[in-house]
Amino acid sequence: MLPDNETRVQMYRTMLTSRHMDDRIMELYYKDKTPVFDIAAGLIPGEIHSSHGQEACAVGTVFVLGQEDWITATHRPHHTAIARGLCVKKILCEIMGKANGLSAGRGGHMHLYSKEHKFSSSGIIAEGMGPAAGMALASRMQGKGGIGVCYLGEAAVNQGAFHEVMNMAGVYKLPFICVIEDNNWGVSVSKAASTAIARNSDRASSYNALGLYVDSNDPDDIFNKMTEATEYTRSGKGPVILELKTYRLQGHMLGDPQHYVPEEEKQAFRDCTIDYKNKLVEQGVLTESEADSIIAEVKKEVDEAVEFAINSPLPDAKDALTGNFVE
Amino acid sequence: MNMSNNRVLTMARAGREAVKWEMENDKNVFMLGEDVYKFGGVFGTADGLGEIFGADRILDTPISETGFIGLATGAAIAGMKPIVELAFADFIGVCYSAIVNLAAKHHYLSNGEFKVPMVLMLGSGGGYNNGGQHSQAMHACLAHMPGMKVVAPSNAYDAKGFMHAAVQSDDFVVYMGQKRTSGVGFFGSPIPDSMSEIPDEPYTLEFGVARTVKEGTDVTVVAISWAVHQAMDAARELEKEGISVEVIDPRTLVPLDRDSIIKSVKKTGRLVVADEDYQSYGFTSEVIASVIETEPNVFKSAPVRVANPDTVIPYSRPMEQAVLPTSARIKQAILDVMK
Repeated sequence: MLPDNETRVQMYRTMLTSRHMDDRIMELYYKDKTPVFDIAAGLIPGEIHSSHGQEACAVGTVFVLGQEDWITATHRPHHTAIARGLCVKKILCEIMGKANGLSAGRGGHMHLYSKEHKFSSSGIIAEGMGPAAGMALASRMQGKGGIGVCYLGEAAVNQGAFHEVMNMAGVYKLPFICVIEDNNWGVSVSKAASTAIARNSDRASSYNALGLYVDSNDPDDIFNKMTEATEYTRSGKGPVILELKTYRLQGHMLGDPQHYVPEEEKQAFRDCTIDYKNKLVEQGVLTESEADSIIAEVKKEVDEAVEFAINSPLPDAKDALTGNFVE
Repeated sequence: MNMSNNRVLTMARAGREAVKWEMENDKNVFMLGEDVYKFGGVFGTADGLGEIFGADRILDTPISETGFIGLATGAAIAGMKPIVELAFADFIGVCYSAIVNLAAKHHYLSNGEFKVPMVLMLGSGGGYNNGGQHSQAMHACLAHMPGMKVVAPSNAYDAKGFMHAAVQSDDFVVYMGQKRTSGVGFFGSPIPDSMSEIPDEPYTLEFGVARTVKEGTDVTVVAISWAVHQAMDAARELEKEGISVEVIDPRTLVPLDRDSIIKSVKKTGRLVVADEDYQSYGFTSEVIASVIETEPNVFKSAPVRVANPDTVIPYSRPMEQAVLPTSARIKQAILDVMK
């Protein structure tokens, strides 16, 4: 099923929100790390895995989901979090380690949590699989009707957790979708060098699962396949692997020069925010001026959030010791 | 509490009784793990529960520890209260990240938004010639890491009370049962002191509260799990020789009841710590360091550790016995600190 035009405009706006947030993060990140690149320096320290280029994967899938569904995202979680509707201000505050961030500065950019949005992310490759499947199991046991959706990069399928959990999801026929965002690179190792088969959705047959593949990095196509995936798994037929071809435009992490990526591959990179805008304009869904005003609105919103985060307080050092236990 | 019927149970029976009660009284409690549905758990932790509660609530898993511990973590976050059975503590090697990076960290990293009310049951320890990959205590590898409570009961009364407390807790609790103290049939006759008279009613015990197993005035022996029984054997023998030994069982490694230990050492001035786990960077070191940090001048003699001397656990009987914290080794250590 294709999204209606209102949804398509909303997807476009959400992609841009993620993109502009990542642009601002990148700008602040490098500004504080020039001329000497000290990863610990500045307003945004630590590793940042930006979502540049993969925004289509987030909106095309998350927009199909309901409030009852659970998401576990990857170490590259910004686009997925934005698509799920997490507060941009709270995300930015968390990334800057501020007291009013999502986790009051305890998590950082790889650990974005919101119970309200049934959203979490983790920095350990493929280990969102178990929790998302467990959330699916809990939803079924409690009769709540939600599904579990785990996002992975393509290199994560070579982790044991992927295989173990897909197998269990198949055995228990869980309402569970594994979304693989295939950007072709696991840090510096190409998919061809790390993975024995060309399409990871082909692995679905090993787990009595449905395998689906989208090669366009286009939100409409992804939305369409995600709809098929959710209908299939909600009906009790079992889990789904949805494989999405996409592009990693800013390397594994900010500061990664990507010298290992062949020049011809870099030349072939597509930017889904530009492609989708052009498509919506060509199809008459948006005019150029409407598209421009969306860009202006998004920039204003994100820039305000950036200012808010910059001006937010850092946590008290003594708070480091609380929060390991409920009791 | 009704003690009239004099039910004396093994640790495995007592723990199972708590699980059964919790499952009857909270529909969100379920068990999953290896060999639970028909086999009842390799060490009897789920004996007969499959028949009572069915395959959906006593859920057999594939041999996929990373997978099912991750799955239980997610189920706990989403409102269930899973009890995970992982037969041998040694196997945490294949799923350590799921334990320490998922289950133990979600609460902190989410600033308390994501609770993980989950119990992980592990069968620990050796002394029955099962080789170096099926005999390890392993509790320091868990207690060292933040975000999980670690329980290691030494007797049936504690086993039941801490199981109720673990299931009812909103925190992630690792519940370690030493296999030879469990009283499961294939380990022969149960260790007498590991069995207890068990009230019919449910009851909880408080994490981080040590039990003084035996009072004494000359030397404090702090021991955990199976080593408690070895310490008691040594204490009883030395009592005849005129040495008064106080035996303390902390019962939980996290939180650790440092106050009770320090109070006892202030009384006796001498300390032996006995533990089946590896010596370096372990439980024995932690106990001694905790006393010295607080009371550096309390010791009449240097404290002594009785633990595995940092070696792979050998298979053959004389070699394995030599590396366990046996009563003979503990007795010698007590004599050493009394010199």
